[in-house]
Amino acid sequence: MVRVNGQELNIAGKTVAEYLATTNYDIRRIAVERNGDIVSKVKYDETVLHDGDSIEVVSFVGGG
Amino acid sequence: MNNDKLIIGGHEFNSRFILGSGKYSMKLIEAAVKDAGAEIITLAVRRANTKEQESILDYIPKGITLLPNTSGARNAEEAVRIARLARELGCGNFVKIEIMRDSKYLLPDNAETVKATEILANEGFVVMPYMYPDLNTARDLVNAGAASVMPLASPIGSNKGLATKEFIQILIDEIDLPIIVDAGIGRPSQACEAMEMGAAAIMANTALATAGDLPMMAAAFRQAIEAGRKAYLSGLGRVLTRGASASDPLTGFLRD
Repeated sequence: MVRVNGQELNIAGKTVAEYLATTNYDIRRIAVERNGDIVSKVKYDETVLHDGDSIEVVSFVGGG
Repeated sequence: MNNDKLIIGGHEFNSRFILGSGKYSMKLIEAAVKDAGAEIITLAVRRANTKEQESILDYIPKGITLLPNTSGARNAEEAVRIARLARELGCGNFVKIEIMRDSKYLLPDNAETVKATEILANEGFVVMPYMYPDLNTARDLVNAGAASVMPLASPIGSNKGLATKEFIQILIDEIDLPIIVDAGIGRPSQACEAMEMGAAAIMANTALATAGDLPMMAAAFRQAIEAGRKAYLSGLGRVLTRGASASDPLTGFLRD
């Protein structure tokens, strides 16, 4: 299982790009972090998610 | 006034009003930016929502500098992490450091803020730390590579105004970086007063978000900030210790 934004998902073995393709995220508007390290957009295709990985997908929201 | 630029990290701005974007509809952002005359707008970084297709970025006019904050960070490490993610979002290298351990008063942790400032300045960020107005911390922030110092006027979101006035004045007098008053400014008159004191800029969010008419309040703040700046550049008139001083000639009275 891979933890994405706090939710356990059965996506181990997929690349970041493959996982994102199954979601509604707007790729231009997000940043991805894997186990505390940023995954740059050019690495989405080659970064394979492993069992136990922790992923954060973030975007900008209103704030002060 | 045309040459009176606000310079932050080598970037020049004409506006001295930094606008927040929290707690109000994205649809109001364009009007708020326009009526505020703002050139910098703050944003927060949060977990992305898979259901929402709309991005706040679609509502921010072109040419506006984005200032992501590190809200949610409880220590320097978390702030650095959020700042890096914000930069990865691809909207420049400005960051407002905001580190809070205290969830009741939302007061910034000055020591952790200095640590995060040093790390992020070394990574090439334009670092604008939000802080509790303390001269020693401000000096540490200068040494850590901050591009400005952002002391709070009163607790975030309180609209209580310049509770820390004396200490902000010390920062203005002693620190050779733009002092941007952030948090707690609730009224245009308070923004004006801070600018008269020599603040370089004002950051406001809640004052607008909780106002009756947001764009109109944005315009009111803009005018107040411009008025205060002009008063500061002009140099305020002196205050008499006691007595009075006539404004009219003391000769030529119609009585002798």
